[in-house]
Amino acid sequence: MSTIAVVGMPNTGKSTLFNQLTGSHAHIGNWPGLTVELMQAELVLEGQPVQLVDLPGIYDLRGHSEDEAVVRRFLESTPVELVVVVANASQIDRQLRLALQVRQLGLPALLLLNMADEARRFGVAINTERLAADLGLPVILLSAKYRRGLAEARQVMAEALTGEPHQQAPVRALDSRLAQGDAALDGAMAQLVQAAVSLPPQWRDRLTRRLDAWLLHPLLGLPLFFLAMALMFQAIYAIGVPVQEGLATLLDQFGQGVIKPLLLPLPPFLQGFLLEGLYQGIGTVTAFLPVIFLFFLAMGVVEDSGYLSRAAYLMDAFMERLGLDGRSFVLSLMGFGCNVPAILGTRVMRDPGLRLLSMLVIPFSLCSARLNVFLFMAAAFFTPRQGGLVIFGLYVMSFVAALITALLFKGRFGSNEPLLLELPPYRFPTLPQMLSRAWAEVRHFWFWARRFIIIGVVAVWLLNNLPLGVVPASAESLSGRLGTLMEPLLAPIGINPKLTVALVFGFIAKEIVLGGLAVIYGQADPAALSRAIALDVSWPQAVSFMLFTLLYTPCLSTVAVIRSESKRLGFTVFSVLWSLLLAWLVSFVFFQGVSLLQRLGALG
Amino acid sequence: MLESSPPVQLADLAPGASATIASLSADPGLRQRLEALGFRPGQRVQLLRRAWWAGPLHVRVGMTELMLRRRDAALVALAA
Repeated sequence: MSTIAVVGMPNTGKSTLFNQLTGSHAHIGNWPGLTVELMQAELVLEGQPVQLVDLPGIYDLRGHSEDEAVVRRFLESTPVELVVVVANASQIDRQLRLALQVRQLGLPALLLLNMADEARRFGVAINTERLAADLGLPVILLSAKYRRGLAEARQVMAEALTGEPHQQAPVRALDSRLAQGDAALDGAMAQLVQAAVSLPPQWRDRLTRRLDAWLLHPLLGLPLFFLAMALMFQAIYAIGVPVQEGLATLLDQFGQGVIKPLLLPLPPFLQGFLLEGLYQGIGTVTAFLPVIFLFFLAMGVVEDSGYLSRAAYLMDAFMERLGLDGRSFVLSLMGFGCNVPAILGTRVMRDPGLRLLSMLVIPFSLCSARLNVFLFMAAAFFTPRQGGLVIFGLYVMSFVAALITALLFKGRFGSNEPLLLELPPYRFPTLPQMLSRAWAEVRHFWFWARRFIIIGVVAVWLLNNLPLGVVPASAESLSGRLGTLMEPLLAPIGINPKLTVALVFGFIAKEIVLGGLAVIYGQADPAALSRAIALDVSWPQAVSFMLFTLLYTPCLSTVAVIRSESKRLGFTVFSVLWSLLLAWLVSFVFFQGVSLLQRLGALG
Repeated sequence: MLESSPPVQLADLAPGASATIASLSADPGLRQRLEALGFRPGQRVQLLRRAWWAGPLHVRVGMTELMLRRRDAALVALAA
């Protein structure tokens, strides 16, 4: 099968184009000689099956970043029949560089000028025939976001494949071939632009100008950003929480009305396990999917509109003083969805110190899996109004923990990496794209959650019911013994043996915590479960439990990705131990402080 | 009357003002990135705004807008 590699600079809509070309058939593939995974997909071009590989976004084939090295290694190790170079049409004045470098390597290539709609709007006119003739490559203008020009692109790709001799060898002596043409690159680029492109005499994007005057305002910019974030979270909860509650009730009724009668012929312990363990555990997390969907939808809109990169601009001065930069802030924000992709995102950083410090900070971002524990606990212990404050406080704590961590360790992981970031024009995200993206994120979350919950619930149930004949979850059961064993450590922070078991399993994934609690307390119905927990523990214990849950290791996947990205076992262990220590200290100060105030009679 | 000397630092331009790039004195890695983003000798560059607390600069070069730190901007020499 022929291999087609897709290369392009960051912010060219390359991934959107890749998704539009391949539909939803893309999957992650491993390539020999590469340490990173690449998205790839099979598709049929004019009856011919081909394999499309999405390479990381890069600025320069000779560049020094990890992504640039990945692209070089890929081209040196994989025979490629065709290279599709994706460029942002409105920035053609600088983006021809990659096309010229690919041509230099002697690889069959074609140039797709994406975002043609924007180029037209900004007054950039491109004579594609002239450009194709001068460049010696097919050139197509298209707009992947609005699905324009895709058919033509497919056709030209198919033609390029049939025209070329088929067995291509990997590129040899890549570096020296690129070095040869480097001096002439700028001149060649200027000549091409001169001949085939007409640029507007002045910037035409008045929308971006006007919005930036407010949103990047030296004084108002940051308050407006935090206001926008606060409103976003408010909207997510205002819509999501009622939906979640309705869904939880529905699922419970379905369990009691349909599943329970179906399970009647089974032995009682199996009935209990299937209904109160598995069904309830999965149901509790399912009910949170609407909130998570809304969260990813909102984050997708913020990202694709161009506001997220503005956040990097606004926060950079502050982050610089923490030894981080604007990108670390943006990645931490993305970590509020899920920590794993945020840690993968640190690949854009070249300096190892900056990367490690960012990886140390990101796990404190309150991810969607932790959020479902907090929403549940807040509803169990507080009025809706107080509960909102508790959730808000946990978000603040999440920032404070990241800040303390950065301040404490910036000396050890110092860096002076230059920061150059594009600020793209503001864009209107399209609804179908946003919906399909949020849907994909929720599916991903659900896939992990389901797996972990089943394993976790089985394990918790076994711990509660072994050794045989024991009263479930009593002090003699395995979970009881585990709780007793940890008591000297966890009693000072108000975590009782039952909560201890939930925390131990929460180390694997926070998605297990609620399902685990349902099994430990033997309560199927969410309302009954919250009553049972509220009877068993006091509100300071509950908040201490939430603080601990917020701060200690998010999940095994995060630990694994820190290990694979940092390539340092010592750092990974350090990151886990630090989060445990910080979690314990914060919970200790909170629990003992509140207990003291209560004894003094200052607090109810 | 004394003639005021023209600004030589990108960070010193008045917001909205433009200048021509004379040379880049960055190390090869940063230089490559600057060039890929459109910073070339002879190219016009416009300072759009400066962020608070000695934060980054918002500049426009060619058809691209970007942010860069003042420290890094100092490596872009402007023509008088």
